[in-house]
Amino acid sequence: MPVPLLAPALVSVAFLVLPLAGLIVRAPWGDLGSILQGWDASQALRLSLWTSTVATGVSLVVGVPLAWVLARTDCPGLRFLRALVTLPLVLPPVVGGVALLLAFGRNGFVGRYLDQWFGITIPFSPAAVVMAETFVAMPFLIITVEGALRSADLGFEEAASTLGAGRMTVFRRITVPLVAPSLVAGAVLCWARALGEFGATITFAGSFPGRTQTMPIAVYYALETDPDAAIVLSLVLLVVSITVLVTLRDRWLRGGSPP
Amino acid sequence: MTSEVIGVGQGLVIDAEMTRGEFTLRVDLSVPPGEVLGVLGPNGSGKSTLLSAVAGLMPVSRGRILLDGQVVDDAATGEFLEAAQRPVGFVFQNYRLFPHMSVLDNVAFSPRARGGSRHEARATASHWLSRLGLAPFASRRPADLSGGQAQRVALARALAGRPALLLLDEPLSALDARTRLDVQTELRRHLSDFGGPCLLVTHDPLDALVLADRLLVLEDGRIVQDGTPAAVARRPATEYVAKLVGLNLYAGNVEGAKVRLRGGGSFVVPDHNQHGEVLVALRPSAVIVSTDQPHTSARNSWPAVVVGLTLLTDRVRIDLDGEPSALVDVTPSAVSELQLTAGSKVWLTAKATDLEVYGADVPTGPGSLPSHDR
Repeated sequence: MPVPLLAPALVSVAFLVLPLAGLIVRAPWGDLGSILQGWDASQALRLSLWTSTVATGVSLVVGVPLAWVLARTDCPGLRFLRALVTLPLVLPPVVGGVALLLAFGRNGFVGRYLDQWFGITIPFSPAAVVMAETFVAMPFLIITVEGALRSADLGFEEAASTLGAGRMTVFRRITVPLVAPSLVAGAVLCWARALGEFGATITFAGSFPGRTQTMPIAVYYALETDPDAAIVLSLVLLVVSITVLVTLRDRWLRGGSPP
Repeated sequence: MTSEVIGVGQGLVIDAEMTRGEFTLRVDLSVPPGEVLGVLGPNGSGKSTLLSAVAGLMPVSRGRILLDGQVVDDAATGEFLEAAQRPVGFVFQNYRLFPHMSVLDNVAFSPRARGGSRHEARATASHWLSRLGLAPFASRRPADLSGGQAQRVALARALAGRPALLLLDEPLSALDARTRLDVQTELRRHLSDFGGPCLLVTHDPLDALVLADRLLVLEDGRIVQDGTPAAVARRPATEYVAKLVGLNLYAGNVEGAKVRLRGGGSFVVPDHNQHGEVLVALRPSAVIVSTDQPHTSARNSWPAVVVGLTLLTDRVRIDLDGEPSALVDVTPSAVSELQLTAGSKVWLTAKATDLEVYGADVPTGPGSLPSHDR
C-alpha cells in the first residue's frame, strides 16, 4: 500500500475516532444516572425524537412528490428550482433560522397574517422546532430520492401503463416500491440531520426547556454550566445515532446508498 | 389493401408516421384478428418504434392507428388514447416483470389496474397461471424464475388483462437455445389460441418463420417486404432479407433470355414474365463448384475466387468473389477433394431452373397517407 495514501488515511481515521473516544473516556460513568435525572435529559430527548420524526414525516409527504417533479418532469425553471432545493444543504443553518424568523416571525411577511387572522404564533414553539428541522433536513431526502428516481428503470413504469395502470397507480405500485431502499436511506439521513439540528432551531425556536430545547441545544447549554452533563447528553445522542445506523444498515442502507 | 379496411374493419390498422429524433418510420399495414404478424428488421429499422406507437407509449407524428374500428391515435385530430386505456397486451424484451411483486401479483396487476377487485384480480391471475402451467410458481419472485418461466409469466401477465391486441418484442431473445425451442412451440400454441391480432417483433428469422402467419420486413423506417413466410423465404426483396433466409440475391436487368446483373456478370434464366429491373434469388446449395471449366450448355458458369470458408455442421459455406459473387454450400469432403482454400480459383455452375426471377418492386410499399395530416 502506498505510504502517501496510507499516512493521510490514518490521520483522518484518528481525527474522526479520537474525539469520540475522548467522549467515552471522559464520561463520568459513576454518576451517569444522577446526572441524567438532574438535567431532565429525557425531556430534551423526547422533544428531539418526536420533532425530528415529525420533520421527517413532513419531508416524506411533501418532499417525495417534489423529488418526483425534479426527476421526471421537464417544466421551465426546473434547474433553478433544484438549486433552490439544495441551498439549505450549503446554507449555514443559523442563516436558515434568521430567514425563517423573517418569514414566520410575529412580524414576518407570512407570520404577521398568521398572527392577525388566525392568532397563530409560530416562533419559539415546538412547531418552530419542527419547521427549522424540516427546512434544514428535507433537502437530504429530496436529493437522495431524486437521484434514485432518475436512475430508476422507466421500463417497469412503461410496462405498468401498458397493463392499464394510470399515472397515480404507477407511482404508488411501481415507482415508490422500486425506490424504497433510497426512500428509507433518504429518510434516515433526513431524520439524523433533523436530530442534530442546532443553528436554525435555536435561532427560530429558541431554547425553552421542555418546549423547544432539543438535545443538541441542551448539550450546548450544559457545557457552559456542567461539562459532565454535556458529556452524558452527548453520549445519549451518540447511542441513539449508532442504534439507528445499525438497525437500518443491513436492511436498507446497503442497496440504496445515497448519491 | 388498407383502404378497404379503414374505419370498418376489425383488427389493427396503421397508416402513420412515427418520429423519434431524426428517425422516421412510415408504415401502412393492417393485421386482421387471429393473425400473427412477424416484424423483422435489422437494429434501428423501427421495429420497437412501431410497437411503442401501437401500445400508446409514443404518439404518431402523422396519420393514424385504429384498433377494431376505434381510433386510438390520430395526428390530425389530436385524438390519443393513453397506453393505460388501450386494450393492448405487451410482452417486453427481457419481460420487465415487476421485481418487487410475486408472480401472482405480477399477473394480477392488469386485472386489478383495469378495475377488478383484489379478489377478482387474483382469481383471474390464478386462472392464467394454471393455464400456462405456472401455478407452482405463483408465490415466487421474478428473480427466482428461469428464463423460460419468466417468459411465460410475461405472457400470462399480458394476457390476464384480456387485451384485444398482443404485442411481443423479441419474446425469445433472452432464452438459451434449448429453452428457446420448447418455449417457441408453446408460444405458437398460445398465439393461435389468442383471438386478436398479434405483432411479433424479432430479428431471428427462425422465430418469425415458426411463429408468424405473415411477415413484415422493416429497413430504415420503411416496409421493404410484406408477405407469407414462404413467399418471403423464396423471394427476398432486399439483401438483408436474403441474408436472413440464406439466399444469394442479385439485382439486374432483363435482356432477352438473360438477366444482366448490376454488380457484373449475367445469368441465363428460366421463362418469366418480368421486364426491366428484376431480382434473382439463388440457393447456396444449388451452385456446383468445380476446379475446371465445365462444358455444359444451358447452364450458367463463371469463374470465382474463394475468399472464405465456414463450417455449418454438415456443410461448408464458401464465400466466393466473382461476377457475380456468391455464397455456396458444399460437403466437407468436396472441400478436401477440390483442395479449396482461400485464394483457390474455381468455376461455379448454376442451372437456369434453380434461379428464381421476380420483379424488383417491393410487394407492399409504404402507402400514401391520408390527406388530413398534421
